[in-house]
Amino acid sequence: MAKTIATENTAMQIGSTAGKLMRVVIVGHVDHGKSTLVGRMFHDTGQLPDGKMEAIQEMCRKRGMPFEWAFLMDSLKAERDQGVTIDTSQIWFHHNNRQYVIIDAPGHREFIRNMVTGASNADAALLMIDADQGIRRQSRHHSYLLQLLGVREVAVAVNKMDLVDYDETRFRKIETEYKSYLKSIGLEARRVIPISAREGDNVASASERMPWYDGPSIIETLAEFELSEPPVDRPLRLPLQDVFKFDDRRILAGRIESGTLRTGDELLFSPSNRTARVATIESWNTEQAPKMASAGLSVGITLDEQIFVERGEIASHLTDPPIETNVLHLRLFWLVDTPMEIGASYGLKLGPRHLSATVEQIERVIDVEALSDHAATEVKRDEIADVVVRTNQLVALDEHDNLPRTGRAILHNRHRTLAGGVISMGNYPDQRKQITIRSSNITKVVHSVDTARRIAQNRHKPGVLWFTGLSGAGKSTLAMGLERRLFDEGYQTYVLDGDNVRTGLNANLSFSPEDRSENIRRVSEVAVLLADAGLIVISALISPYRADRDRARDAAGGLFREVFIKAEIATCEARDTKGLYKRARAGEIAEFTGISAPYEEPVKPELVIDTNDRDIDSCIDELVAYVRANFKIPS
Amino acid sequence: MNRLDTLEAQSVFILREAYATARPLAALWSVGKDSNVVLWLARKAFFGRVPFPVVQLDTDMELDEVYAYRDQYTKEWDLDLIVIDCPPESEMDPDLPPMTRAAARKSAGLASLLEGDSYKGIIVGIRRDEEATRAKERVFSPRALSGVWEFRDQPPEFWDQFATETPEGAHLRIHPLLHWTEVDIWRYSQRENIPINPLYFTQNGKRYRSLGEKNITAPIESNASTVDEIIAELETTRSPERAGRLMDSEAEDSFERLRTSGYM
Repeated sequence: MAKTIATENTAMQIGSTAGKLMRVVIVGHVDHGKSTLVGRMFHDTGQLPDGKMEAIQEMCRKRGMPFEWAFLMDSLKAERDQGVTIDTSQIWFHHNNRQYVIIDAPGHREFIRNMVTGASNADAALLMIDADQGIRRQSRHHSYLLQLLGVREVAVAVNKMDLVDYDETRFRKIETEYKSYLKSIGLEARRVIPISAREGDNVASASERMPWYDGPSIIETLAEFELSEPPVDRPLRLPLQDVFKFDDRRILAGRIESGTLRTGDELLFSPSNRTARVATIESWNTEQAPKMASAGLSVGITLDEQIFVERGEIASHLTDPPIETNVLHLRLFWLVDTPMEIGASYGLKLGPRHLSATVEQIERVIDVEALSDHAATEVKRDEIADVVVRTNQLVALDEHDNLPRTGRAILHNRHRTLAGGVISMGNYPDQRKQITIRSSNITKVVHSVDTARRIAQNRHKPGVLWFTGLSGAGKSTLAMGLERRLFDEGYQTYVLDGDNVRTGLNANLSFSPEDRSENIRRVSEVAVLLADAGLIVISALISPYRADRDRARDAAGGLFREVFIKAEIATCEARDTKGLYKRARAGEIAEFTGISAPYEEPVKPELVIDTNDRDIDSCIDELVAYVRANFKIPS
Repeated sequence: MNRLDTLEAQSVFILREAYATARPLAALWSVGKDSNVVLWLARKAFFGRVPFPVVQLDTDMELDEVYAYRDQYTKEWDLDLIVIDCPPESEMDPDLPPMTRAAARKSAGLASLLEGDSYKGIIVGIRRDEEATRAKERVFSPRALSGVWEFRDQPPEFWDQFATETPEGAHLRIHPLLHWTEVDIWRYSQRENIPINPLYFTQNGKRYRSLGEKNITAPIESNASTVDEIIAELETTRSPERAGRLMDSEAEDSFERLRTSGYM
């Protein structure tokens, strides 16, 4: 036995430059034997440093307890005194020419934040389950967190088989149950191994006490884990960390998170939307300046033009740029005692971009035990939830499923990280698609009749009354009623109706999030033209996204009045004048607002018309009174 | 990317984050192999310069070769060097074991630096594989003004998002080499041709594996006279790197006590 270890030792390449490092985190419920396994692995492969065994023996003797393997990793005195791992630790391990960092993560519920810290650095994970206790809360919680953190290489160790008399039936039951749980959250266990870390069964060598198991040991399983390569062939993402001006060079510094860049490439910076070409890739103490650089490298580049860009922007190529948005979905894990609340604002960090975000909606809290969802008004510590947040500025990002490294964010307050979350867009559109001015050689011409003359002749000011609300809330009915009454009173007025414009001006648009936004952009620009002609324009579109309505408000300047035609979804569904709700419920209409697509209520509308329990005439009376008060010029 | 490229890219990323978010910033320079690599990586990150002051906590007990190296490369690398005279041993906590008390002078020197200037970030070249409590460190580790390490309540740190805000008076310890091993340091020093202090090479059958003050550090038995020989030696040794640092093993928790009260 001693001879085998010696042979292995000479074959080992400690710190070999060629050997790539595999980082393996060991996770699971408290007391299921994580730290013990690490101690055992080191001992059984002959890698304990000189004097370590004796030091551990001495620590145990002083505490009057039997030999404790966990003391190898539990380096804090408080950890040894209480027999519990508090914080994550790392230790280097090597076997058969492969280098490992073994990351020990605490299993106690109190220290989830430390488990996340450890696991986020891992390429692979070993999930420990106590054969006697079976699957416990942290067994499930930790695997769900691994999934969110992006660890896909996993194996399961069913530990303490000695406590269940090495019983195969017990093992198979846990194996079946846990494999099925992992599968349901999108993870697949490479191996499920029955072990006893304390006794050394199936850790470094096959166990004679479990002849019914013919799979690999823990050590052999480590060798099977595969390393993922940096995503050099994916779209380019270079988030800027800083811009240096130490000398006459202006160097943009950052780490390439995906893709490859070359000198001469035209880069697009988001969200500023400026472009320039890569002049040089800078370096220091290298033989020659590189001509290309790929994912994983920290680089510095200079540009052919001096454009203003700053920390937090993402450089990409012109094709496959990141999404630009100010609203996004996060599936997040909440780490602190104070719950997350709707309406609360937090700091949001997305790579080097730091901004502020408000929680608009808590869509669901996910029960990691039952894998069921429930509605909630807050997210409590250690819960996993789907939320919608709105940022105070436009931000460039990716969906996590597409590019993980630019598709995740953390929430924080001044001194503390509160949560981590992975990004998806759902029905929210990419706002990059709504860049308005594409051509630059335009000269504006001045009209021969100005606004003041039109007001004087019409005896009223122009305006845009932007009706927004659910389908069936009464937008078209009230708009047409108001148009008639205003016309009769001598106003110049016209209704832009959502359905009507789709038969002509917007006939080429679908109901996808991007096309819905474009639909609204065109209507708002037409409204601006008609208002410029002196009219009171009434638009009647669902216009579900706040960002789109804000853009319409920007386009119309001071002429814009947001009118929220308010009705409960149940009221609208009961009316169902166009029969659309019935079809949406039957699944015949995809992305139907209020059913399968979001409606974002106005924050500060100029007018709210609640149509739930009112007749049409009283609503129109109120609208007419509003127009008289705000637009009429007294004679 | 080979392993050294990966290590370098991560450390450069960390240094740039520190420079962008934790200023005023300074780096501790013990003039040992690790902090020499930190300064080298800073020159990589900032294209030939170290854009922050470099602080030596001087106990006046370093070996002569350490002072010679410091003076030569302060000039050659154009460093903004600050030398802090550490308070005498008689001012240290008398409850500490003797060697530990000698080492505590450096924590006291650092505390006096922080009292004088309001640094927000202090770069320190410690590594996880050196010592078991260092293995539990964060890359950006928040410290109270006293320098105390709240190891029971460290912040979460994931996806390369580091603590950037600190309460008034507190600072961040920034650890760009946390993920490196001792052999990585030597292989990188060799690849980059970083000047090596002669104390690391054998003289009369002994060499220093880790440089500390001469009163509390012992050389190890070794015939290694080149970096290649040092690497070959490390590949077969099973004795820990800090075996020659006498304060580490005075009591079960002597190094932990040093670190929680502000030691690097």
